[in-house]
Amino acid sequence: MNIKHHLDEATLVSYTAGSMSQAMALVVACHISMCPVCRDRVHDSEAIGGMLLESLNPAPVSDDSLAQILACLDEEPDLNTQLEAKRVETSIAKNKQWLATHSDIPRPLDDYIGDSLENVEWKRIVPGVYYHDLPCKTERRGASRLLRIAPGKAMLPHSHDGNELTLILRGSYTDEIGRFTAGDIADLDNEIQHQPLVDSSEDCICLIATDAPLKFSTLLGKIVQPMTGF
Amino acid sequence: MENKPPGDDMDNVAVMQQPEGPQVWNSMLSDLAETKDKALYVKLFRHFAPKVKAYIIRLGLVETTAEELMQETMLSVWRKAHLYNASKAAASTWIFTLARNQSIDRMRKQKYPEYSLEAWQEGGHEEQHEGPGEEQDVCEQAVTSDRMAKVISQLPEDQAQVIYMSFYEGRSHSDISERLGVPLGSVKSRIRLASEKIKMMWRDDV
Repeated sequence: MNIKHHLDEATLVSYTAGSMSQAMALVVACHISMCPVCRDRVHDSEAIGGMLLESLNPAPVSDDSLAQILACLDEEPDLNTQLEAKRVETSIAKNKQWLATHSDIPRPLDDYIGDSLENVEWKRIVPGVYYHDLPCKTERRGASRLLRIAPGKAMLPHSHDGNELTLILRGSYTDEIGRFTAGDIADLDNEIQHQPLVDSSEDCICLIATDAPLKFSTLLGKIVQPMTGF
Repeated sequence: MENKPPGDDMDNVAVMQQPEGPQVWNSMLSDLAETKDKALYVKLFRHFAPKVKAYIIRLGLVETTAEELMQETMLSVWRKAHLYNASKAAASTWIFTLARNQSIDRMRKQKYPEYSLEAWQEGGHEEQHEGPGEEQDVCEQAVTSDRMAKVISQLPEDQAQVIYMSFYEGRSHSDISERLGVPLGSVKSRIRLASEKIKMMWRDDV
């Protein structure tokens, strides 16, 4: 996978701080799971979190807390540790299997839609454009969904009131910023207006999250907006 | 929490910390995984539990919930210690992510999407890649917390503020933009600049 478009530094910080919506965090987590470069970067951002934790003035902790925890460790000495180890083992095995099978789904996404894009149930917006809503919570009437667009189709030109994250899972598109292929992320905000045009021979499937409704710049876009729910 | 002026807590951050470097805690946490030694655990608890609790309180949770979440976080330190990889991250970084995930899951009653818990253990990816090198991964560990405070104090105030609002108050970009009455784009560029400066100062300093 040759990833050319990465996460904005500000997005990485927000993800690391735990300060973005579940919908946005899902897209970020998916990109990170596909992109070794951003994985290194996120470790650096987490280090900022660690340093900030270390530099906090300690809050008084209840006298009983430590005793309670130690008692807890005594009562079930290894059970939970074993369960945890088991869970991680399963998870690692699954990860290996996932890497081996070249699944078309990033790991964090399979909690929501299962292990293949083939089993997703699509709803049609207009011919050639389909979506599947995800149950993630969003901020300010934003969206959390998969989008499937046929070759040669374009999204209506739009800008944003807030942030928009788009992760390409399959196929490719081109817009004012460049060409986006599988693994690439378009990390945009309200300063950008764009109109993605699908230029792959197969359908382009993207995972998207927004934290505000899109702003369509054409009359047609404004008319279909209520129907598409964007 | 809603009534607090944004970024108001900045002054309450401890400036100087204990003389021991963070490496002490890193090796202690690694040893804990091996030995399951309760004496080690007690030392880690005494150092980190009050900080974890302070972090949770800053996120806006009440005292009793903070105490409870701190306990859960510190329990998972014991249970997940075998996942900790000292060559990957400082103990404080690892414990920060545990505390963050516990708090978010509780506050939002939903799971915060994680890229992969196992990445901590596996120590990298099999894929070849170029970019920020792996040799640099450990640089953060050499940075002591007083030096971190120094780094933060060198940031322009408006940049330090957005970092605090992100990490300590859990505020999103649009939330910060609204509270400060600053356009979204400016919030993002402040965060970007701050983060890049912090990382650069680490690299220069080490």
